[in-house]
Order: sequence, then C-alpha cells, then structure tokens
Amino acid sequence: MTEHAYRIQGATGEWEVVIGLEVHAQVTSDAKLFSGAATTFGAEPNTQVSLVDAAMPGMLPVPNRECIRQAVRTGMAIDAQINKWSRFDRKNYFYADLPQGYQISQLYHPLVGEGAIEISLDDKNPDAAGKTIGVERIHVEQDAGKLMHDQHPTRSYVDLNRSGVALMEIVSRPDMRSPAEAGAYLSKLRSILRYVGSCDGNMDQGSMRADVNVSVRKPGDEYGTRTETKNVNSVRFVMAVVEQEAKRQVEVIEAGGKIVQETRLYDPDRNETRSMRSKEDAHDYRYFPDPDLLPLELDDAFLDECRASLPELPDSKRARYEAAGITRYNAAVLTADVDTARWFDALLDAGASAVPAANWVTSELFGALNRLGKDIAASPVSPAQAAELLALVADGTLSGSLAKQVFEVMLETGDAPAKIVEDRGLKQTSDTGAIEAVIADVMAKNPNQLAQYRGGKEALFGFFVGQTMKAMGGKANPGVVNELLKKALG
Amino acid sequence: MSDVTDLGIAGLRDGFRAGEFSARDVAEAFNARVDAADALNAFLVKTPDHALAAADVADAARAAGEAPKPLAGVPIGMKDLFCTKGVATTAASHILEGFVPPYESAVSQNLWDAGAGMLGKLNMDQFAMGSSNETSAFGNVISPWRRKDGGNAPLAPGGSSGGSSSAVAARLCPGATGTDTGGSIRQPAAFTGISGIKPTYGRCSRWGTIAFASSLDQAGPMARDVRDCAIMLEAMAGFDVRDATSLQLDVPQWEAGLSADLKGKRIGIPKEYRVDGMPAEIETLWQQGIDWLRDAGAEIVEVSLPHTKYALPAYYIIAPAEASSNLARYDGVRYGLRDLPEGAGLQDMYAATRADGFGDEVKRRIMIGTYVLSAGFYDAYYTQAQKVRTLIARDFERAWEACDLLLAPTAPSAAFALGEKSADPIAMYLNDVFTVPSSLAGLPAMSVPGGLDAAGLPLGLQIIGKPLDEQGVLNAGLAIEQRAGFVARPEAWW
Repeated sequence: MTEHAYRIQGATGEWEVVIGLEVHAQVTSDAKLFSGAATTFGAEPNTQVSLVDAAMPGMLPVPNRECIRQAVRTGMAIDAQINKWSRFDRKNYFYADLPQGYQISQLYHPLVGEGAIEISLDDKNPDAAGKTIGVERIHVEQDAGKLMHDQHPTRSYVDLNRSGVALMEIVSRPDMRSPAEAGAYLSKLRSILRYVGSCDGNMDQGSMRADVNVSVRKPGDEYGTRTETKNVNSVRFVMAVVEQEAKRQVEVIEAGGKIVQETRLYDPDRNETRSMRSKEDAHDYRYFPDPDLLPLELDDAFLDECRASLPELPDSKRARYEAAGITRYNAAVLTADVDTARWFDALLDAGASAVPAANWVTSELFGALNRLGKDIAASPVSPAQAAELLALVADGTLSGSLAKQVFEVMLETGDAPAKIVEDRGLKQTSDTGAIEAVIADVMAKNPNQLAQYRGGKEALFGFFVGQTMKAMGGKANPGVVNELLKKALG
Repeated sequence: MSDVTDLGIAGLRDGFRAGEFSARDVAEAFNARVDAADALNAFLVKTPDHALAAADVADAARAAGEAPKPLAGVPIGMKDLFCTKGVATTAASHILEGFVPPYESAVSQNLWDAGAGMLGKLNMDQFAMGSSNETSAFGNVISPWRRKDGGNAPLAPGGSSGGSSSAVAARLCPGATGTDTGGSIRQPAAFTGISGIKPTYGRCSRWGTIAFASSLDQAGPMARDVRDCAIMLEAMAGFDVRDATSLQLDVPQWEAGLSADLKGKRIGIPKEYRVDGMPAEIETLWQQGIDWLRDAGAEIVEVSLPHTKYALPAYYIIAPAEASSNLARYDGVRYGLRDLPEGAGLQDMYAATRADGFGDEVKRRIMIGTYVLSAGFYDAYYTQAQKVRTLIARDFERAWEACDLLLAPTAPSAAFALGEKSADPIAMYLNDVFTVPSSLAGLPAMSVPGGLDAAGLPLGLQIIGKPLDEQGVLNAGLAIEQRAGFVARPEAWW
C-alpha cells in the first residue's frame, strides 16, 4: 500500500481500525429461493406471496435452481471454493415478518467457501494502491417480510412480498483498515455482482445492504471487541459508520470504558450509530439442519455451465483495455460499472479504435450524460452512432471541434452523424486553394504580427492558426492549415 | 344383498365394477355408519357430500362405459393431519380451530384423483403427538373394542392415527389415511385389529400434510387387510416436485405383486426386541408369527440390532427438535387462533396464543425440542441423537446382509384403557419401542393382526423391510394374514 495507514489519533496514541463486512445481496431471479412466487420490487403488498412464503400448514420449501446457480457464479467470480456438498439450516426466532418462525439459511455448510476480492484505492493507479480482501464465505438464505407501522394508529401491518426472496450473504475477512478500504470493497463487490448479473446492486431499493463490523486496537495488538452495525445501505454510509464507530470506540476505551459486543444501527441524519441490542439479549437461534431439505449436491456439469456462463470480469477487462493502449485511469473508469463497460465494448465492436474511443467516452460522453442527468444505459446516443462519429474524426471528415458540434446535435435529434454533417455542412475542408486564400487574407490584415513573427517571435504561429480557423468557420482541417501556414509565413 | 359396509376396499371396488351396487349406495351406507357412530368420536368433520359427489362421478363414468379409476366407488376417511381444500383441518388442535385450507394435500389429491371420496376428517392425537388419542383438543377417540372380561372401560384406539384405526375397525370406512412418525400407523392398527403400512420415507409426498417431524413423517394407509393396504398405498404414493424429500420413483404395482409364497426369503428375528417385562402373550404371538412365516416357506434367522435401546431416546430428541421448529408457524399472525389480550404487544400475543392453542403434550414436546437445540446443549443432545440415528440405520444395513425382512411385535401390549397412561409420559412413549427404530431408518414397516389376547383384544405383528421393499413387507403380511385367519371384529356397542 502506498497510502499512509489510516490512524485515529487518540489521547493515548494512534489506533488502528479493523473492519469486516457482511453484505446481503438479493439474488437476481424471477422466483424466490424456495417457492415459485415472483420477486418484483415495488409490487402491491402481499401480491408476491405463495402458500410456502406465508408458511401455511403443510407447505414445504423446494430449492430454486436459478438462485443456487447465481450464488455459485458469484463464488466463481471471486475465485472462491465452491462446495459441491452444502446444506440448509434453520435459524429459529419469532417475529411477525418471519412466517415460518425460522429463516432457512446455511450456517454449518455454506455453498461457497474462501475467496478474495482485489480492491483499489486509487483509480489513477489501481495496481500500486491495490489490496486483497479475503471473503470467508457466501451462503444463500431467505429474506424476511416487512412490517409497516405507518398504516394504522394502533396496528402494524405485514407485507410478505420479500418473504422468501433469495439473498446471498457475502462475509468478508476482517481485512479492511480504513473507511476508504471498506468503501472500495463494497464498490468492487457491487461491481462484480453486477457484472455477473447475480444481483442488481440497487442499494437504495435494498437489493444490497451491509452489516459493518468494526473494532479498534493499538497497531500490532490483538483484535478488539467488535460491534456490528446493521443494514447500512450505501457506500457512503458504510464509510461514515466505520469512521464514527471507530471514533466512538476509541473515546469509550480511552475514557476507561469497555466496548461491548452488540448490534448497532446507523442514523444517517445525525451521522451516528446507536445501540440496538447487546450480546446478552441476543437470540439463541437454535440452528439445526432443515429436515425438509436434502443436502445440496452439485455435479460437474452444473459447475461447468456456471463457469462457462461467467462474463469477462472487471479486472481482466481492465487489463485488456490497458493492453490496447488505454490509460490506466481510463481503463479503471471504463470498467468500474458493468453498464459503462458494456457500452464501451459495444463501441469497440462497432469498429471504434480503443484509445480515441476511451478518451471520447470519458470526456465527451460522460460530460454529456452528466449534464443530462442520465445513466449510460439510457444514453441518447448509441454505441453504433458514436462509432460512426469517431470514424468521421479518424478519416479527417471532422475536426475535434466539429465533432463536438455534431455530437451536440446527435444528443438533441438522435440523427446519425453523417446526416448531420451533410445537412448542416459541418464537413471539414482540406481544400488547399480555399485555405490558402484565407491565409493570404489573414496575413494581409495583420501586418504587425506578421512582422513580429518573421522577426523571430515564433509563438505567434498559434495566432495565425486561430485566425485562419476562425475565418474558415472551424471547418478547415487543422493539419492542412498548419502545413500551409508554415509555407506561407516562411 | 349383504351390507356393503362389511366389504373392504377390494370388495367394494370389485363389486362396484361388477355392477353389484352403485357407488352412491356405498357412500350412503358408509355415511349412515359414520352418522351412527358419534360415540366413538372418530370423526372431527363429516363430509357426506364429498363422498356422494365422488360416488356420483364414479357412477356416471361407469354408466358412460369409461375405464374405472382404481378407487372408484370407494369412500375413505382422512386423518385430520392432511389439508383438505375447503374442509376444516386442525390436526386436532385448538390453535388451528377454524382453519380451512385453500389447498389440497398431495396425498388426499392423489386419492381423489384415483376416484375415492371422503367420508370425513378423522380425529387424532394433537399434531400427531401421542399414542392413545388422548391429546386431541376435541376429546379422545374411543376404540370400538372392549375387553371381554365384562369391564367396559373405554380403551385407547392407539395413536396418533386413532380416529383412522377406530373408524376402520368399526367399519365406518373401508380404509383411512394415517401418518406415521414413530409408529402412528402401526400401533393403532395393532390396537384395533386392522392392517396398516408406513412406506419407505419419501414414497408419499408430505406436501400439504401438517408437519410434526419432517425427517420422519410419512403417510400410509390403514385398512382391513393387506390387499386393501396395497391398493390404497398405490393410490397415495408417488413423486412430487413440491416435496424435496420425495423419492423420484415410479409407484410399483403392489397389489398385482402380492404373493404369500415366501420361499427363498430370510426373515430376521431381532434379538434386542425381546425386552424385559414383555407380556407372555406378545412373546407367544411373536413365536406364532415365526412359525407362520416358516410355514410360508421363509427361512428364519436371528439377527442383532445392537443399538435398539438407544432408538427411543434418540427419537424423543429428534422428533421434538423438529417439531419445536415446525410448530413455530402457529403464531396467531396469519391464520388459526389469535389471542390478543388488552394492550398486548407482539410477544404477549405469541405467548397467549400458543399457551391457549397448544395442548399439554404438544407444549411438552416443543419445550423438549427447544431445549435440545439450545446453545450449549445442541451437541450433547441433537448431534448425539443424529449419530445414534446413523448407527441405527447401520444396524439395519448389517441385518440386511443376513435377512430380507424382520419380524417383531408391533407394540409391547394390547390396547390399554384410556387414562391409564396419560399421567405418565414415559410409559406412553414406551409404546413406540418397537416401531421407532424403523422410523429412524426410514424403512417400510407394517402391522397386521396376529390374534387376540386373553382379554379378547387384538395384537399386531410387525414386518420391517429394506428401503423400497414395500412388496416384501406386504407379502410377508399376507402370509401371516392367511395363516392367522383373523376374523374377530368388535361388537357394536356405540
């Protein structure tokens, strides 16, 4: 690591923070983990509930192959061990949003074992500022329903739409040491999940949320007692939780207090964590193997299919872009999100050459999308149209500034660049006769500058270029202008 | 024409097909029998219209010359553990009082698809927990049998499928569904002089059957004889994608495969089943059974099942552990009973609902199960019990090297009087001593009547088979049935 280690300055010296994340990611699947009910977000309450999800008497869970497949693919994407034999356990507790009175999860034998995620703290130089964060396991489990307390003055309502929805719980090792690392880990994990297609990563819709485990210690000491802040639903909040919770713990310890192992909640409005319950009143979940389900056994054909269906992942895509001459920074930016990478790959597939395409996307396209407030997936200009525009630049039809103008029109009208060039006469000219005439005119109008230039003030060359281009309405080929000017100015 | 209610399933089926009577005649006759037997308290719900509707369909199909369905013209009784669409289903509990499922269990649907009709829902031990039917929230079933010594003490019909056993024995229905977790088909069959088979775990789908202990629960038929059991089991069994533990196998033609010729079969006699204090009459009947099977051509060998004595304790850890979790869904939130005291919060509602809704035996097992799964005790109880379960299964696997089937008594005694054991749960649990090991191993096992004890009460013999060898079990049962010549039936007093 090239960055300076993150330290909290306490009264008694420097403290190190130790962070582990348990991320719950909703599996992208049309159906729930153990029932055929649908999983659409935002549906009317209790419209996506099967007899199994409502835990009607005699109903039984049957594992959904697609949910298992997505978790296995996710495991493969982080180079994790895939356990061909795993098992579901029941986690028993009573709550009104938990119809069965237990959550089907995997405590003893998870589907996915040890893996790792590479993070980067510096987009401009991802390799130099990289770090490997261990992933202890990924298991699959059911989500619970949702209680609604705002529907009636004295009663609570239960919405079971989420009940039984498949989640992956992705448990990291306590390998992170700063808010930035925690943020980078969560962003990278989200990126991988979106590449794999196993989770849409929509944190604001609750498709992804993190339980943040934080402890502090003097550098080199044993791990301190940790707290777990539940259900943090953005990268920014995760970083804030780490910062606030680490500070709080240092203050407690330095004031002579002790950190108690407890569950906490984050309040974004006050930017602080609050105690929810301590270990003493923690549930005894009475985990035991679910007797309604047989152990999950995966065969080689299934695993082969999972592996074959994996897309190119961000790290290898970045390497490929760099090999094509794209800068590290641009390669990192282009691969961070799957939608951007897909768009860029489509641009390359449409014939654009890598380096100018990368420069154009990261400057022109991103700038335009930013102005329009649109995601790249909703870009008004398609990769094929962009490729056409870049081709017109490459073959000299358009100069850089003309290309900008054409792009603006494309954004407004959606027309093809060639049509815009034709209709508006924006074509760059390399007509030497016309350019020479303009040059002669410019020289005639600026005798002082000409004299100075010829007297040795070569910096004035740019002035003549500017004047010539201006007089040509920006349509002159800058290369030709340069060449002819050099000749004319002598 | 003789009374059709004297006929069993095969007799009714064949008579109906031969045109000797209509299905409606049969349904009406059994409906009348059911109506006249309220004193037995065998039925929680009567569904005469269901039986009549199925009968009318069968009659119309016969009139139209269609090929008859396997159980066309046969009305049956349905244990109240099976969810039946539009018909109240309570598992004989107060907590599910008023619950009317909007769905049909796999087993009952299979039976309706086979042409059967339903006479009603049969009483049982609450959530199938009990051996005497005394844990029903709606009063115990009474056995139609009485001791011939003149003492008219009401007797237990066995449990938990006591409504089923009582109703079949009293000829209220020619056959009934049962479920067996640790002996709940076999023990009541033995107590009432009828036959009943628990198939291999996974033969019958558990979908829509209210769960007691998922890894043990298995549905099966209870009927007057072995052939009727074979016919009914064929209709009940079958793979079901909705049950992850269901076996993906075709259903054999057990009735067609029936044969009482046991030549070449080796029958194992497990020496550990000779328990202390076993009544002499049970011992004698067991010996009699051995002789009958030898007479049928089988070779008799002694085998050892060394871990038998640990089966009962292991069972009474595993079954309550699963039950404590399976019954968590009865919480007053979505269906069934809800007790919401004034000003109560969620936890108060749970406590009040479950305190009021579950009977003592159910609460006892939930507490045992909760205890054995709790932190610090899990390994000592649950893990240990699972190890025992593995050893017991291994005992059987070793035994199969020396024999094809096992013969043992079904229960350690004849039917006891109601109230006799209800104060002593351990004494009650001991009823399962011979049936529990095969349940833990998931093996097919059946009880057939062997004879009467000195008090004139039926005694059962149990045949246990290898996994999936229901045919072998049924055939040995048939061999005993033919030699036992069991024709005794309870005299109607109800």
